[in-house]
Amino acid sequence: MTLLLDAPPVAPPDEPRRGVAPPGGVDRVFRLLLRCAGLAVLAVMATVGLFLLTQGAEAFSAVGFDFLTTQAWEPDSLNFGIAAVLVGTLLIASVALVVAFPLALGVALYISEYAPRRLKRALTSMVDLMAAVPSVVYGLFGSVYLQWQGVDVPRWLSLQFGWIPFLHVDGVEPTDPLATDAAYVTSTFWAGLIVGFMVMPFICSVMRESFTQAPQGEREGAYALGATRWGMIRSVVLPFGRSGMIGGTMLGLGRALGETIAVAMIIAPVFTIQTQILGSGGNSVSALIAQRWGAASPFGLSALMAAGLALFVLTLIVNFAASAVIARSRSGQGSD
Amino acid sequence: MTEVRRVTRARRGADVAVVLGALASAVALTGLLFDRIAPFSGVVGFIAIAYPVFLGLYALLVSLDDNALAVRDKVASAVVHSLAFLALAALLTIVIYPIVMGFDALGHLNFFTEDMADAGTLDPLDLGGVLHAAVGTLEQIAIALVITVPMGLTCAVFLNETRGLFTRLVRTVVEAMTALPSIVAGLFVYASLILVVGFERSGFAAGCAISVMMLPIMIRAADVVLRLVPSSLKEASLALGVGQWRTAWHVTLPTARSGLTTSVLLATARGIGETSPVLITAGFTPFLNWNPFVGSQVSLPLATYQLVTSSEPTMKERGFGAAAVLMGLVLVLFVLARVVGGRGPGEQSARQARRRERQSRAHFHRIQAVQGES
Repeated sequence: MTLLLDAPPVAPPDEPRRGVAPPGGVDRVFRLLLRCAGLAVLAVMATVGLFLLTQGAEAFSAVGFDFLTTQAWEPDSLNFGIAAVLVGTLLIASVALVVAFPLALGVALYISEYAPRRLKRALTSMVDLMAAVPSVVYGLFGSVYLQWQGVDVPRWLSLQFGWIPFLHVDGVEPTDPLATDAAYVTSTFWAGLIVGFMVMPFICSVMRESFTQAPQGEREGAYALGATRWGMIRSVVLPFGRSGMIGGTMLGLGRALGETIAVAMIIAPVFTIQTQILGSGGNSVSALIAQRWGAASPFGLSALMAAGLALFVLTLIVNFAASAVIARSRSGQGSD
Repeated sequence: MTEVRRVTRARRGADVAVVLGALASAVALTGLLFDRIAPFSGVVGFIAIAYPVFLGLYALLVSLDDNALAVRDKVASAVVHSLAFLALAALLTIVIYPIVMGFDALGHLNFFTEDMADAGTLDPLDLGGVLHAAVGTLEQIAIALVITVPMGLTCAVFLNETRGLFTRLVRTVVEAMTALPSIVAGLFVYASLILVVGFERSGFAAGCAISVMMLPIMIRAADVVLRLVPSSLKEASLALGVGQWRTAWHVTLPTARSGLTTSVLLATARGIGETSPVLITAGFTPFLNWNPFVGSQVSLPLATYQLVTSSEPTMKERGFGAAAVLMGLVLVLFVLARVVGGRGPGEQSARQARRRERQSRAHFHRIQAVQGES
């Protein structure tokens, strides 16, 4: 202490601080290289919309805004629009979220709060593995096995809750002993269910991450006040992870909207708005593109490009909203 | 009166008994109901009734000797456990299903050594295979990796080494693109490479489409890993007067090596299973095509899709076989990613540690030698 007080009375004359050496030539090249890589990635991503727009413009200008309201797909007789497939896409995605949200929440809570410590890592990598399973495998399971074996579920739902308009199925006689299962397969419900299983791991991993970040002090505080485990989860973990839950669900929605092959494998394509989700038939934008691609005329390709652009814009809006919600929940990007 | 020590274990024997009791009575009760009011048949209906009955009985049993708070806790715990169990069981089934169904096809050696050129739809499994699809998948993913690994990793370094408006813009766009519908990636490559530049539909175009899809996934995963490199390491390097380039090359990247490998492998696992970009940009062919630049080339997921939508049982079985091979590839990649990337940044495997030790000993001898000379 005294040493500090006995500072020399006369300070040495101020010298300008030595400037930091400017980065050398190699570093400048390095930074230029990095910037180029960033620019290239940005360029690729930004031109996706541009190319779809230029290729789809021909079809879009041929029919104008009827493109958004027509329920048919006959591009060569100028009678086409995405009204039915867009509604179908949204219906499939809604079913998917109704399935995936509770499952993802359950798995995320189980991994972060209930699972024994040793199981946690194994379960986490298992969920990650599920995210890497090809969608064609999900589609295979749904189209060949699940929709035929589980046909009781939509039948029971439509018989018991048929008075709700979208759970009704036309043309099915409940007392008819000869009724086949065909009325209840290849439906929006099954496509949505499989897509729900598919997006569940994505939602789950975002949720789990935000749950595990809930501060230990607040958890222990809740326990100290006598909360049960569920009480602690409700008062600490869920409020803390709310934006992760919302953001993760929206990311899942983005993926569900764009899912192609699994939907194309399960659904029987129709081109009118099919709101009876349990009944056979339905469609989505991406399934339409996959099914019509091989046999399309040049003008038909242009029409499909326009449909792809609509899908692209839709998912982009959802994704931007999702990342905005998730970003709000993180404090800073540093980890140290 | 002597004090009795309280049991503080989380799980008591009575709890397990209550769960089992509720389960048994739910099954029994449902069995009884099932014969009387039966809009149901089969296992699904049984579970759909038994589960709510189980929850109700469980709540009732717990409420016999606990208060409402504990009842809610127990019921919530039961719901979370069963949701997790249901989800994981469903996902496991989905993974195992194609392997079981494709077992017959996998048993034939020709399944791996022949294409579908000689095999008609009615031929038995002794003829034809998925060699053409396997070759296509490997070539396309190789092309995609050649494009994405340098570009993706450099972009991830870019996101970490620079800051400013431009960096933020790139990060936002990349994050929004992680969920780019794969069919849109295919349409994009078709619209640009094939219609504008003039390539033909080929394996190369498919590789490009897959890389458009893989790029954001890889960048995002690598970005997260690079962020975890402790900045004290980077600062130490900079403080020693090392430039930005050498710091990135000799400190940041080696520290994050295992995480970067994981990000590449996970992106590969995602890219390898994509069907729709290949469908749009490469077309379908039953023939083996080694040249990715000329002519249609099929991949394993696309072959699966085509074979399974056929109505012939043997074709379906081949489809399952192709899906099983694909699933096997994904599993290998994933396990590899976990083995390589299980460690945090800077943690070394035993071999790496031994190598470091050797290097450092060599440095020591060198320094000693220099000192001995002077």
